Amino acid sequence: MYVKLSHGGGAKETRDLIEKIFLKHLKNEFLSYEDATILHLDGKLAISTDSFTVNPIFFKGGDIGKLSVAGVVNDLSVMGAKPLYMSMGFIIEEGLPFEDLERIVISIKEEAQKTGIKLIAADTKVVPKGLCDKIYINATGIGKLVKEGISASNLQEGDVILVSGPIGNHGAVIMAHRNDFDIDINSDCASLWEAIEPFLKENVEIHAMRDLTRGGLASALNELSQSSNVEILIREEDIPIEDPVRGFCEVLGIDPFSLACEGTFVMSISKKDVQKALDILKSQKLTQKARVIGEVIKKGKQGAYIQTLYGSVRYLEEAPGELLPRIC
Amino acid sequence: MNLNDKDIVLKAKEKLIKKVEKLGKPIKIMEFCGGHTHAIMRYAIDKLLDGYVEFIHGPGCPVCVASTDRIDLAIELARMPNVIFTTYGDLLRVPGSYKKSLLDIRSQGNDIRSLYSCLDAIDIAIKNKDKNVIFFAIGFETTTPPTAVLLKKAKEMKLKNLFVVSNHVMTPPAIRYILNAGISHIDGIIGPGHVSVITGMKIYKEFDMPIVIAGFEAFDILKAVNMILDQLINNERKVENAYARAVTEEGNKEAQKLIEQTLDVRDTFNWRGIGPLSKSALKINKDYEMFDAEKVFDVKLPSSKEHPLCICPKVITGKAKPTDCKLFGTQCTPENPIGSCMVSSEGACAAYYKYKEVDLCM
Repeated sequence: MYVKLSHGGGAKETRDLIEKIFLKHLKNEFLSYEDATILHLDGKLAISTDSFTVNPIFFKGGDIGKLSVAGVVNDLSVMGAKPLYMSMGFIIEEGLPFEDLERIVISIKEEAQKTGIKLIAADTKVVPKGLCDKIYINATGIGKLVKEGISASNLQEGDVILVSGPIGNHGAVIMAHRNDFDIDINSDCASLWEAIEPFLKENVEIHAMRDLTRGGLASALNELSQSSNVEILIREEDIPIEDPVRGFCEVLGIDPFSLACEGTFVMSISKKDVQKALDILKSQKLTQKARVIGEVIKKGKQGAYIQTLYGSVRYLEEAPGELLPRIC
Repeated sequence: MNLNDKDIVLKAKEKLIKKVEKLGKPIKIMEFCGGHTHAIMRYAIDKLLDGYVEFIHGPGCPVCVASTDRIDLAIELARMPNVIFTTYGDLLRVPGSYKKSLLDIRSQGNDIRSLYSCLDAIDIAIKNKDKNVIFFAIGFETTTPPTAVLLKKAKEMKLKNLFVVSNHVMTPPAIRYILNAGISHIDGIIGPGHVSVITGMKIYKEFDMPIVIAGFEAFDILKAVNMILDQLINNERKVENAYARAVTEEGNKEAQKLIEQTLDVRDTFNWRGIGPLSKSALKINKDYEMFDAEKVFDVKLPSSKEHPLCICPKVITGKAKPTDCKLFGTQCTPENPIGSCMVSSEGACAAYYKYKEVDLCM
């Protein structure tokens, strides 16, 4: 069975698709055939939206469904907000096998359960073959702000920069798939709320957090530096990169600092709380390979720098546009 | 042994500095291959040896030496109706005469794909029988054998819709040019690692110059510089191998045979920065001419033109450093390259830009 254009027609076949795949797995007290869901919320909220397209839709360590939930959860979590609700819009290319769609929906359900985030509104559209690549998902999340003041523009001189785990796994897995390489690692795709929640409860002085997505560590640190007008210096020898990722980057001539992650974050915290932060990170499975990688060295000027293995310092440049393998 | 280990590298550096002191003057070394340029900048080896060794960047970056008329040809072929155009990744970013790159024309709807293995073109041809699939082959001796295999397979499988453009160039003519043109005083050459895996050491015998073949890790490069220094101290000029874990005297004979069976030497070929160079490149031979896109498709190109301020030609031949260029880092950046040296991560300009040094005054 495949998704057909008629499944997007809005009539009986649309309801069939919704009942047999979406509601079968995702049914809860909020989802209904009403035009909108009514919510009662108090206090300060965080909201974030993101659209997910990935080729291949199933990859080592995840799929587009898991990626969408984790993406929304992570954007809320790094702002200090507890993820509560999400909406999802699905744009499906006709011809997508039902079993693939169901696999994605099950993975959405499982990933959402880890954090407790609830799907409260959803929509599906089907487009003719060739007008989208199998399936696109847009997701919007709402979270309750647990801790205020965590912001990309709040880095302070003297802060310590930590990374929650090895970088580049997701990017390497996806590029390996696309180039028919075998790579012996999984994408880091994961929901980070569980790892971040203890920081909001314990009194750790966090100034900023950012999950590393497209552009990887290099983009995240450059953005933080620009938003806070600070100079950041990291040390190459302290940055965790797993051997398969390092090897893959060498072969293809790609910079690991620009490879995407989907379940790894950086944080900028007050120096006095470094040990406390490391203790929390290392006590959890997702972040046990966390490391201190550098410092905010100065306020008043922008710049992200890296000290190479042999002592000289260079700019941590972001990769231009598309990552393309180099010849030879 | 980890060839990037800090202690190993710093020890090799100390040894090297003592040798330069013994010699009594700083030395100039050309690293021929763009992969070495990239490694030297990435590990900041030029800064590590500042005052002792000056690196002159050679022409061994396939994307950088691709002349503008070849890029124009690629763009014209890719714009033909009913074509799937394939090539290796970083060529897609190189602008042709009219500032448009393959990436630009891809965004206008032309089917252009980046391959890691050229043999993937066979699958694409089989799956798209109604389309002409063109593989734009580029590279030095490293990427030539896969193109030869592609041609052989295409013939065996009697494929009617797969075509190849050969832009393969050869290392020895380029080294000969650099040495004969007296461009810059050079004390020694770090020879290309991957190329030599295919060709073997024997292709360098003709050169009267210390040449040491090296791998691509930090220690590999320092080891090669150390060996060049030993030769200079002993007043020797020979070819040596610092990459014995991969390179042999004779090279990969099977690969060499494949090349001979499918490709012939061109009378002349245009190199960016160098101009026409005789017997420096390969074309598809008579036995495989039915796959030769240059013969099958009749593409007429207006004469090519380059940006008047771009000094890539001088950079490629070691006459200038990227930072001597007025466009460097301002109008010409990796996001918006004007010259080919800013495109490939092996290009000297891209390497300088990406790894530009910082003075932190801490």
